[in-house]
Amino acid sequence: MNAYDLAFYLIAAMALVGAAITVLSRRLVYAAFNLLLAFLGVAGLYALLAADFLAIAQVIVYVGGILVLLLFGVMLTHRIYDTTLKSVRVQPLLGGLVAAGVAVLLIRVAWNTPWNTTPELAREPTTAKIGEAFMKHYVFPFEFVSLILLVALIGAALIGRSRAPKSGNGR
Amino acid sequence: MYLHFGAVLVFLLFSVAFVAIIYGISALFRPANPSAEKLTTYECGEIPFGGSWIQFNLRYYLIALVFLIFEVEVVFLYPWAVVLRTIGAFAFWEMIVFLAILLVGFAYVWRKGDLSWFTPSGSGHTDATFSGK
Repeated sequence: MNAYDLAFYLIAAMALVGAAITVLSRRLVYAAFNLLLAFLGVAGLYALLAADFLAIAQVIVYVGGILVLLLFGVMLTHRIYDTTLKSVRVQPLLGGLVAAGVAVLLIRVAWNTPWNTTPELAREPTTAKIGEAFMKHYVFPFEFVSLILLVALIGAALIGRSRAPKSGNGR
Repeated sequence: MYLHFGAVLVFLLFSVAFVAIIYGISALFRPANPSAEKLTTYECGEIPFGGSWIQFNLRYYLIALVFLIFEVEVVFLYPWAVVLRTIGAFAFWEMIVFLAILLVGFAYVWRKGDLSWFTPSGSGHTDATFSGK
């Protein structure tokens, strides 16, 4: 077992423990904070797979953005007043069956897929290559991303606002 | 590349170890003598009442949503900035188009008053520099 394997198992264990606590914890705030551990673990796995840009994007977007959103979501709930804010388990049998089915499917796919292994040469910074691809080969999809973000922004603002008090514009 | 992330890993391990050691040492040496007064949350000398978990204003959520969108935009800026010099004017204008499209969304949330804070009171925008009608 070399240093790479050791780092992999350490980071994978971190991600798995975080994910397990997120699912099993009855307290929503604990679950949200353990999701941080899971997200960081996934970022570490990306880094180990030589996807440096993806790893940093994972930290910026998921840890810095989506998790904040989730925490706000938890703190915005009405039942926050009673500190017994807990997740409940409904239909354990059906849920367990579905989860087992998905697990079997995922393991089969992972087992049967001919995974491409990264050659040693490819383990260099990827940001410039991604930028080049955006600017040369994927110009239209790149601009389309902007459009998707615009739709997401306006839609999120519309939905997020609808339950807030009417804005001062009277619109 | 692994060297850079290795540095991050070393920082992470050191910070975790540092906190663990400091807390461990203080747990070893401090006297443990709790009483009801000591365990009360310190609130500037006032006697605390109620829960510390308050329900946040819904506007925080909206601000966080807007923040998330523009954060994703910033992520797209990084690879562009790395290759801007080698590609030149075309890359510049491509990003201008990208930003212009998103600027529409920014103008929308600004105009609708999602970015100004006290609009629910009904008195209109608090931002004097922007007079939305």
